[in-house]
Order: sequence, then structure tokens, then C-alpha cells
Amino acid sequence: MNLRKYINIYTKFLHTSLACELEYKTNILIDLITAILSLIGSIFLLSIFFQNNNTIGGWEFEQALIIQGIYTILNGITNTWFNPNLTEIVKHIREGTLDFVLLKPIDSQFFISLKKITPSGFLEIILGIFLLLYCIKINQININLIFLTLCLITIICSICILYSLWFFISTTTIWFVKTWNATEVLRSFLYIGRFPLNSFSFSLRIFFSVVIPIAFITTIPSEVFLGLSQFWKILLEVIVAMVFLISSRKFWLFALKFYSSASS
Amino acid sequence: MISNLIKRKIFTLLKVQYSNMLEYRVEIALWAISGIIPFFMLNIWTNNNLNEYINISNVMLSRYFLCAFFVRQFSVVWVVFSFEEDSLMGKVSPYLIQPLNPFFRYFAQHLAEQLTRFPFALLIATFFFIFNPESIWIPNFGVLLLSVISTFLSFLIQFLIQSIVACLCFWTEKASSIERLLFIPTLFLSGLLAPVVSFPEYVKSWIYLTPFPYLIDFPANLLSGNATNISRGFSMQILWILLLFPLFKKIWSNGTKKYTAMGS
Repeated sequence: MNLRKYINIYTKFLHTSLACELEYKTNILIDLITAILSLIGSIFLLSIFFQNNNTIGGWEFEQALIIQGIYTILNGITNTWFNPNLTEIVKHIREGTLDFVLLKPIDSQFFISLKKITPSGFLEIILGIFLLLYCIKINQININLIFLTLCLITIICSICILYSLWFFISTTTIWFVKTWNATEVLRSFLYIGRFPLNSFSFSLRIFFSVVIPIAFITTIPSEVFLGLSQFWKILLEVIVAMVFLISSRKFWLFALKFYSSASS
Repeated sequence: MISNLIKRKIFTLLKVQYSNMLEYRVEIALWAISGIIPFFMLNIWTNNNLNEYINISNVMLSRYFLCAFFVRQFSVVWVVFSFEEDSLMGKVSPYLIQPLNPFFRYFAQHLAEQLTRFPFALLIATFFFIFNPESIWIPNFGVLLLSVISTFLSFLIQFLIQSIVACLCFWTEKASSIERLLFIPTLFLSGLLAPVVSFPEYVKSWIYLTPFPYLIDFPANLLSGNATNISRGFSMQILWILLLFPLFKKIWSNGTKKYTAMGS
């Protein structure tokens, strides 16, 4: 693997896709408003849950806002990178253009996962970070180096898990051809990540930590933020993230063996 | 003679679109699954006893969310996405020559899709009843009829709003981002995630003047047997349709004058 080559190619990707997206300037403005409204909406929903209750699943309103912040950041990342790229896999496979990707002398997973970028997702990431900063203030969290590294590690792990989930689902397109909506199903499940896992019933909690690891994606990083998380949970998250990344990679290479181009 | 012709047109359109939709059963099943968010919300509500404060029993609330799921299933509209693709690809041009407004075609597509969806929605409801046997109920025929009508009216409102947005394609090419913007208030204010009765007073004071509560909250309350103002609900739905329809006609006639096929 030639790292410099890949960095070089990635800057080219950035350049072309930004140029492409900036064609539609009003679109970006509308997307910004959408992101802000969406955050206001979910805080509004949270405030409905808390209007007569002090805690939900052991979380106070100020603490639940942290989950909201982390969800917003992750959603921004999904909208910036995962959504535009991984929905493209479906198109590649349907139209047979995956051939051109496979013939290129670079890693196909790299090409497919990072080709495009949607800049309007950046605002969501920024909004999420602001919300988190506000949460740090109202929850009186003192920041030190250990805290920061732990937060960063868990959030990076969440991003890895999220990416692997998206990539898994998109890879199944090689067999089913039309899994456009499978990502939509994943999206609706991920929606649950806006709320603390403890607010669900026991069976759903099991489902959301074992089958679809939403617990790992938002709840554990939020616990780390509050300094509530035990060390083994963080370790577990790192292991889960590694397992997900490696198996999604293996799965892609396995799936490619079954790829037979379009109309052949 | 004329009515016979219209009847034949509509019947043929529906038949063609239904067989078209049946081709993509799995896709539609996945769409149906992606609509299960109301059930997760129900889980948060009942698991934290939040419904005690709004005086709705567990059973009534679970019926409400089940009905919200159903109403949503049969009022999902995606015309703007189809229209955007068709107009970018230049497929609208042949449609415009035909002696039939292209929106009839999309309308038939939606109806056909709902028909295909129906068995999947029933299946999901059956699972719901297996897990919550106490919430089984049979609405009487009059209520059922009224709620089917109100669901259809809700579908019509959303179809009109989205068609108006779709017509903006004539000016901006990418109208789907406007639709995503409009989807946010629809999501949070329509009662899909929380019944409108639970909203704080400062929202309740104006929300009944907007179309949102009549999209899901009103039909769902009607069907599930929760308290709702039937006459106000229907009159507001009809009022909104009467307001939106002329707007759609206006924007359609202006838009088609503006239309230039791609590459001209």
C-alpha cells in the first residue's frame, strides 16, 4: 500500500466532488436549514418526553442532550461520506459500472467508500460539536487529557461500526441487486440512537446491542462523556469496532467473487 | 362517453402500475419495514410510563401508534423523487405530449404501491398483536370507513404538497432537497413520533391550524378510538386540499411553459 498515492488520490476526489456539489448552491443552503430544523425537532421531541419526568432510563435531560449531540455528529458524517458513496454501489452494480472500478489500480473498497462527499453534512457535524460543548458546560464536565483521548477513541470506534454497517448492507447488493431500501431500513433503526438505550424495554435493548449495535454507537460514547462508563465497556467497543471493520472488509472481498457484471 | 374514457384510462393506468409494483415486492416489503419507528417510540412511552401524564392508557397508546404506523404506510408520498429523476432524464417530454396530466401516472403509481404494501403492513401488524395481545381491537364499520377516508385525504394533502414541490423542478432541477426540508416538520409535528395531545401548550395553540396534525395524528386517533374532533379534522383536511389544488394547477401551468427538455 502506497500511502502517499492514496492521499494524493483522495485530495483529487475531494476536489472533484466539491466542485460538483457547489454547482447547486441553493441546495446547500436548503440542506443547512434542514439540518438546523432537524436538530430543533429532535430536541423538541426529547423535551416532550421530559416535560413531566425528570429522568428517562436513568438519564436527565441535560445528559440526554449529549446523546443527541453525538447522534448529530454521526449523522453528519453519514450524510457527508457514507450516504453519497454507499448508495452509489447499488448504481454501480445495476449498471455494471463496477467493472471500471475493479479495473483501476487502486483498492476497490477505498474507491467506492470515499469517492464522493456532500459538504452540507459538515454543518451537522459542526452543530453536533457545538451542542456537545454546550453539554460540557451545563453538565460541568472537567476536561483533561484522558477524558479527551477516551472520547476520541469511542467516537472513532462508533464511526467505524457505523461505516461497517452501511458497507455490509450495501455489499449485499451484489446478490440482491436492489437494496436501495435496505439502507433506508438501517437508517430507521439508527434513528433509535437518538435516545438512551436504557429507555427501551429489555428485549429491545438486547436487540439493539447484539443484532444492530446501536448501543455501541451512541450510548457508550455518551457515557464516556459523562465519566460514567466502565473501562471494560470502552475496551469492548474497541473490539467490536475492529471485528466489524475486519469482517466488512472480508465480506466485500468474498462478495466480489460473486460479481458477474451486468447482463452476463 | 367522456366518463367512460376516463374510467378506462384510470383502470388501465392502475392495472399497469400494479403489475409493475408487484415486480418489486421485496423492495416494497423493505419500505414497509423501514416505517416501524412508531413502534420504537411506543416502547419509550410505555417503558417510562410517560403516557400517565397525558391520560392515555398503555393499551390505547399502543393502538394509537399501530394506527399511526398504518396511516403512515398508506400516506407515504415520493412523487418528487420520481419526477425529479424523470425530468432530469428527459422522460417528462413524452409524458407531456400525451393527453393526460403526467401526475395521474404518478398518482396511479402511488395507489398501486399502497395496494402492494397492504399485505406486508398486515403482516407487521400481526407480529405487533402477537407481542401485544391485549391491544387487539376491532373498530366498527363506520369508524373504519371514516378513517380510510381521512387517511386518503391525508395522502391527498401530502401528494399535492409534494407535487407542488416537484413542479419546482422546472426551475431548480433539484427539488428533492426542498422536500427533505418539508419532511422535518412533517416528521415531528404530524404525530408519528408522539401524539399531538402530548405537545406542550405553546405548540398546541397553533398547530391545529397547520396541515400537520391532520396527516397522521387525526386519522390515527380516529381509527384507534382515541378522542379527536371529527368534524374539525375533516373540514381542515378538505380546506387544505381546496387551498393546495389551485396552487398546484397554477404552478403546473407556469412550469410547463417554462419547461425545456434537457439538451435543448
